[in-house]
Amino acid sequence: MSGRDHHKPFGLARSGGIEGLSDAAAMHVVTQWLNRLGLRGRGLVIGIPYFWYLLFFLIPFVFVLKIALSEAAYSVPPFTDLTEWAEGALKITLNLANFDYIFSDSLYVTAYLNSVRIAAISTLLTLLVGYPMAYAIARAERSWRAPLLMLVILPFWTSFLIRVYAWMSLLQDNGLVNSVLMNIGIIDSPIRILNTDFAVFLGIVYSYLPFMILPLYSTLEKMDLSLLEAAEDLGCRPFKAFWRITLPLSLPGIIAGCLLVFIPAVGEFVIPELLGGPDTLMIGKVLWQEFFSNRDWPVASAVAIALLLLLVIPIMIFQHVQAKQQEAEKR
Amino acid sequence: MVQTAQQVRQQPKKPDAKEPWLDPQATPYVRIENVSKHFGDFVAVDNVSLDIYRGELFSLLGGSGCGKTTLLRMLAGFEQPTSGKIYIDGVDMSNIPPYERPVNMMFQSYALFPHMTVEANVAFGLHQDRVPKDEIDRRVTEVLELVQLVSFRKRRPHQLSGGQRQRVALARALVKRPKLLLLDEPLGALDRKLREKTQFELVNIQEEVGITFVMVTHDQEEAMTMSTRFSVMNAGKIVQTGTPAEVYEYPNTRFSAEFIGSINLFEGHMVIDEADHAVIEAPEAGCQIMISHGITGTVGSRVWVGVRPEKMKISKAVPALENEYNLLSGKVIEIAYLGDISIFHVTLKSGKNIRVTAPNVSRYSVDSITWGDEVWVHWNADAGVVLYT
Amino acid sequence: MNARGLGLVFLWLWAGLVFLYLPIVTLIFYSFNDSKLVAVWGGFSTRWYGELMHNGQVLDAALLSLEIAVISACGAVVLGTLAGVTLSRFPVFRGRVMFSGLISAPLVMPEVISGLSMLLLFVSMEQLVGWPKGRGMLTIILTHITISAAYVSVIVQSRLVSLDASIEEAAMDLGARPTRVFMRITLPIIAPALVSGWLLSFTLSVDDLVSSSFVTGPGASTLPMVIFSKVRLGVSPDINALATIIVLIVTVGVISGGWYMVRSEKRRELEERMAYAEGEKENTGMV
Repeated sequence: MSGRDHHKPFGLARSGGIEGLSDAAAMHVVTQWLNRLGLRGRGLVIGIPYFWYLLFFLIPFVFVLKIALSEAAYSVPPFTDLTEWAEGALKITLNLANFDYIFSDSLYVTAYLNSVRIAAISTLLTLLVGYPMAYAIARAERSWRAPLLMLVILPFWTSFLIRVYAWMSLLQDNGLVNSVLMNIGIIDSPIRILNTDFAVFLGIVYSYLPFMILPLYSTLEKMDLSLLEAAEDLGCRPFKAFWRITLPLSLPGIIAGCLLVFIPAVGEFVIPELLGGPDTLMIGKVLWQEFFSNRDWPVASAVAIALLLLLVIPIMIFQHVQAKQQEAEKR
Repeated sequence: MVQTAQQVRQQPKKPDAKEPWLDPQATPYVRIENVSKHFGDFVAVDNVSLDIYRGELFSLLGGSGCGKTTLLRMLAGFEQPTSGKIYIDGVDMSNIPPYERPVNMMFQSYALFPHMTVEANVAFGLHQDRVPKDEIDRRVTEVLELVQLVSFRKRRPHQLSGGQRQRVALARALVKRPKLLLLDEPLGALDRKLREKTQFELVNIQEEVGITFVMVTHDQEEAMTMSTRFSVMNAGKIVQTGTPAEVYEYPNTRFSAEFIGSINLFEGHMVIDEADHAVIEAPEAGCQIMISHGITGTVGSRVWVGVRPEKMKISKAVPALENEYNLLSGKVIEIAYLGDISIFHVTLKSGKNIRVTAPNVSRYSVDSITWGDEVWVHWNADAGVVLYT
Repeated sequence: MNARGLGLVFLWLWAGLVFLYLPIVTLIFYSFNDSKLVAVWGGFSTRWYGELMHNGQVLDAALLSLEIAVISACGAVVLGTLAGVTLSRFPVFRGRVMFSGLISAPLVMPEVISGLSMLLLFVSMEQLVGWPKGRGMLTIILTHITISAAYVSVIVQSRLVSLDASIEEAAMDLGARPTRVFMRITLPIIAPALVSGWLLSFTLSVDDLVSSSFVTGPGASTLPMVIFSKVRLGVSPDINALATIIVLIVTVGVISGGWYMVRSEKRRELEERMAYAEGEKENTGMV
């Protein structure tokens, strides 16, 4: 719908002759109406998703911030209003007590730091497990690559909850892992694996592996193999060529993969809840408990803001990498 | 490029420093001995033997899939021959991995490391040999001067033009002073004008550094202008090896005759075979063809006579001749005017089409040949070449 | 990497695949276990499947999840396509940087955050404008659309980027208006991307626990919520049975989809090769 339609009211009706006049006329009315709103084809295409994400993704954070600054109250919803009309004047009460509380209570600080530690270690482990796998798929014969990649992604399509649950039954004291370890004589009595930090690492590596492998694969697969031949031709041994050429060139994939694992892992709830122990404190779990068990919405919001502050820089790096990737694809 | 047959034959048979291949005593620098390469059922290179001498700029010429690149990759060590041996400077190259060979390659895609500067790309090979740092600096500068890229040394590959990238690739391969430099379609990615300029640059650099070059190309013009000698390859085999003039003037098969330049081929059988001349009966030509030298073959055997378009003369009037050999008549069906020359497509009585080129000596001529004219085409008895396969 | 190194890497790949599949395989295996103790084999039985069929709570939750997933997948495809088109076809407009940031943030945003923030939005909206009334299916759907559309936009965008823009220009040159070009040219070409976007949105929705838990209301329990409340209490065999059914459905779906794609790709390749051979013949015939 070009600007011309606006000045020539019958332009669209004529061109839409194939669909029949009534359709065209109806469409004309709609178009005119949208035009009056200043929205034409292009504006509409941009406008709808823009509006949606402003409303459902950006504005909510304003409310989170607002509620984080309010006080808990026994009401529906369970928090006080920031603004009230008192004696004919608008009174705004900003309550920083929630932030003060979460930064002074060691529970929250510990959970905060612990989340970063667990997410960082798990991300590193996922990279170590995933890189050779991505490398192998990228260097497999062409006809093998798609099926292998599909094998890696397939578990991702099955329920996340069920995959975590599967590890619960494997790792419990009388589970398969313990009985195998006892049968081959490594241990005498069952060791506790479930409800430990180790189980959480395992769960994160397992659940997020495809997110690491996919970006790694796409950078490794795109790499021009004649670069490695050139390195060898210039006297570089294959292993060294990997360090000097392949690894640096796959850096964008490494960064993207690590961020795709790290950012959600910091806020992970299901894995520490089901696989971690009672002392596995993670900020996602704390937020959940504040919200569902304590019904303290303001503190939950303050925790969310704190988590968001922690993740703002990684998320921005991720978006930068994403945008650069898209630029590269365009070229 | 277009020498006459006489000139070629008058070349000295005496060994010359510039033409070591004529000397049976000379030791080849690169020796390829009965090399074959199979990929599964596919035979990429089929029992190839070839000697290349020090200081040569040798080309492997052929269409895609003829095995030229596989042969080059075997020299570099990226592929191992299924059978046969390769010697470089007398050393057997079997089981020597690419990173230990005294050979460097300039890749078709250039394969410049995108995350390194021009300087780092060029220095890469020297770092592998643990050359002292100040020597690396000196040699990198030297080679960048040679390819005129000193001022670009801090740039990354994506900040360079196609021609500049090509020169970085060349510098990177040259800086290690290899015994053998391999070039895979070195000019393939350049546009036409730049390609011509670069051809000469490459030859000049090769002469300056004195390194033996082996180049793969599908472009016959490139092979003709640049090489000391080249091999025409087809279906994994070498069809013919020789200097550009040798291959052009004395093609040994119809394949090599048609691959290099264009040629008119007449199928026929031998009628007379004397010591100083031969006559071939060619129904397609509509006349008997005389060759001014004796040929090997028996009377009655099937042969082809090839005549290059520029060696034919075209005229509207019947040329005055002593005999009726090598005289064709036909009708002009198409003319391509190229400025310096014109190409005439002539249909003979037999229905065969031939190509004749003629230089445009005068700017305007009354009896210039035009579409539909009945014309006569004639060539000298020493212009035709007899081909058996 | 040399041959030996590559061999090791492939060994690692196979080990990694075993790591990925072993838990799922044991899960399926123990779903046929007669014993109530998950880890002790008590003989083959399908009793847990039978029990599942009579569990009204699970069936209701499954139905609700399916309903939500179908609706939100459709919504996400529409919204995500618009967003993908915006990002790949309009390089310059006011607020583009913020828009692309908004679109890609849901991909990595921890679900506890997006869940909580959406809930607070819905609560505040109800206070301010009276819509949406209460929380339940509608709020879950809106949340799922918002998250899934981000994924769809990435898929659509990467398909559009690789699409030759001159095809669209050609259509316009032949007199088609932009809307028509999009409907008749662009949409059919990116259809496979839309299908995979729909499937992805569907599974994301069916699978979602955390953000749904935040924005749901009384009476609206999706399947993951029911599973989660059971799983929290420990391992139980009927969950194994339920999990097996889910895995089976997904596997059949993904494999048949993948098989279809591989097959059409193969056919395309074959057709291209035949066309090429024909062209060769034509060329040689003419010379």
